[in-house]
Amino acid sequence: MKASLWTQDLGKSFRLHLQGGIRIPVLEHVDFAVAPGECVALSGPSGAGKSTLMRCLYGNYGAEAGRIHLMHDGAAVELTGADARAMREIRRQTLGYVSQFLRVIPRIGALDIVAEPLIARGAAPELARTRAESLLLQLNLPRRLHHLPPATFSGGEQQRVNLARGFAPGYPILLLDEPTASLDAANREVVIALIAEAKAAGTAIIGIFHDVEVRDRVADRLFEVLPIQDAA
Amino acid sequence: MSRDEAYNFAYLDENTKRMIRRALLKAVAIPGHQVPFGAREMPLPYGWGTGGIQVTAAVLGPRDVLKVIDQGADDTTNAVSIRRFFHRVAGVETTTRTSEATVIQTRHRIPEARLTEAQIIVYQVPMPEPLFRLEPRLAETKRMHALADYGLMHVKLYEDIAKHGHIATSYSYPVMVDGRYLMSPSPIPAFDNPKMHRMPALQLFGAGREKRIYAVPPYTDVRSLDFEDHPFRPHRAKAHCALCASCTSYLDEVVTDDRGGRMFVCSDTDYCETRQAEQQKVAAA
Amino acid sequence: MSAPLLEAEGLRLRFGAVVALDSVAIDVHPGEVVAIVGESGSGKSTLLRVLAGQMRPDAGQVTYRAPDGTPHPVHDMGEAALRRLMRTDWGFVHQHARDGLRMGVSAGGNVGERLMAVGARHYGNIRGEAAEWLRRVEIDPARIDHLPRTFSGGMQQRLQIARTLVTRPRLVFMDEPTGGLDVSVQARLLDLIRALVADLGIAVLLVTHDIAAARLLAHRIMVMRHGQVVEHGLTDRVLDDPQHPYTQLLVSSVLAA
Repeated sequence: MKASLWTQDLGKSFRLHLQGGIRIPVLEHVDFAVAPGECVALSGPSGAGKSTLMRCLYGNYGAEAGRIHLMHDGAAVELTGADARAMREIRRQTLGYVSQFLRVIPRIGALDIVAEPLIARGAAPELARTRAESLLLQLNLPRRLHHLPPATFSGGEQQRVNLARGFAPGYPILLLDEPTASLDAANREVVIALIAEAKAAGTAIIGIFHDVEVRDRVADRLFEVLPIQDAA
Repeated sequence: MSRDEAYNFAYLDENTKRMIRRALLKAVAIPGHQVPFGAREMPLPYGWGTGGIQVTAAVLGPRDVLKVIDQGADDTTNAVSIRRFFHRVAGVETTTRTSEATVIQTRHRIPEARLTEAQIIVYQVPMPEPLFRLEPRLAETKRMHALADYGLMHVKLYEDIAKHGHIATSYSYPVMVDGRYLMSPSPIPAFDNPKMHRMPALQLFGAGREKRIYAVPPYTDVRSLDFEDHPFRPHRAKAHCALCASCTSYLDEVVTDDRGGRMFVCSDTDYCETRQAEQQKVAAA
Repeated sequence: MSAPLLEAEGLRLRFGAVVALDSVAIDVHPGEVVAIVGESGSGKSTLLRVLAGQMRPDAGQVTYRAPDGTPHPVHDMGEAALRRLMRTDWGFVHQHARDGLRMGVSAGGNVGERLMAVGARHYGNIRGEAAEWLRRVEIDPARIDHLPRTFSGGMQQRLQIARTLVTRPRLVFMDEPTGGLDVSVQARLLDLIRALVADLGIAVLLVTHDIAAARLLAHRIMVMRHGQVVEHGLTDRVLDDPQHPYTQLLVSSVLAA
């Protein structure tokens, strides 16, 4: 089956100009692919570059070497060469990303934060809010919180808003960076169910899961990201 | 009477008159547009009509008949002085009768009688720039005129309605000339504005201190600015003239004693006297 | 994809020995918020003025696309056309509200001016629309007849935004719209701008030295230094993975929220 997203010889290093221009290599020769309905878990010790890889896939970090391809709107698109506007369009339609932390927008209620990407994809505002509400309830965020801006929420509550926002639009490709990190057991189960549901709907998922139990229940296979040995 | 030969005809030297006439021709050619001119010192202070008097001097010929009014009256100090001035330096005939005059210099009024093609009316203008209270930068007001960028003037009218419930501007009410230039009609009452519209007489405006001349040629469209839901309404006191009983002329309120007594009389003295004379004739007959 | 609303290339401008703009290119598409960041003297405000037609570059071209698709070279349009554009299809929000407001005119008159300038002549409608816009920028419509000088700095700035957006421009230039305001007031204003811009689908060219403001509002970001664009791209890409030494310095100088 054709992949939803695949990389070719992907590499990424950081050059720190403020620290005398030292170069820190993080990723080299990364080749992997994820198919529709498949969940690939990135594994490897912390600091190996799993999050960096995720951010490269999302276009948040610029890939330095190699290629990232994904299926967008029925055609293969190369990400590292895509301009900012094309990237925005890909993010709106195809590529979702749930980071570890919610980016709080002042004065916007939880429900509207979740509904926003749906509306951006063209959903009717009423439908979008209905879907947002049912997701928030499914993630056990009580109704009384739905219209409050999440700035004052606890870490777990914010993470659930973040998850709802990521799962709401039904992106064909979804990147999950430690989605269950600050959740209790009950909510962890909800997330596992949401992932299974998304996979069944054909979503390709790439995730970082510190919780091995969760990882083993959702991932179809592992992709190992190893630290680069300091070359001489 | 012959004129005082110590002065050039109509006081100003011929070159100055020629300069003013050139400015007048340009002003007539661009109705409502303010034309700068080299205003001279005149033997009267600024604010007493130095602009109007120079325009009058430039258009006056020996056979002209001059009328001068101040707030509609022929007999105020300013009007009498200017009339006597031109009688002396130009030797022209003067009159208080609107119908007999060929040149009428005015401060703050337009006569009630309809003017004719054979007449010229010269307005004394203290501040020619209609936008000056709204936009203090002169260069900017010039640009606004050049680009017909007049939204600001409606802002002023908007503010009037917001504050007073109606357009409270009762004099110097801005007009649009020939659909192009925004113009100050000089401090005439808004009541007089409709008389400017398609007036058969040539209308000339002189501002001495500000050194500007502008003009409205005969039969030119002159529209008072307004809103669709707050149309322009010429305002006059709801009263009759105590002397001639006119209920259509513009009235002045006159305090008659120190116990609150007051009456309304026509501001246009010639109009009022003419009516009174006719009424006496009818009564006598 | 839609054609850009505004497009510039090869912009150069010198003030004597100082290079204000050096080969600057930029485009802004409908509904897009583009931030121009950099410190004072980097040329960002000059760039804004050149793009808005208020200043002529030594070289290069700025092209504006009219709603019917016709491209117009901004610096050949003539002042009359440019002014018309500035009160219809474009808007300019100044850093200091007093540069963008008429301080002696009521709030309602300030908002209504643009409507009247484009021919609105019905007092009731103008006033109704002004009240509606005051509400949208979170000013109590009961203050419609108050003078801007009785407003706080944040309210004045919001009034300036209402006055600019009332004719629903497609492109708004903003020069440090939150500069000089208290931090708490800044946040509210930024959020208001964000919501209005998203609602109305307005394209914005935002000049700011406030990285947080750029992150909140902008889809794309351009980093300027010494008159050059040293880095540009997606806002989160430029700010989270800055490549140029100057961008790294700029980003590292921001205190983490």
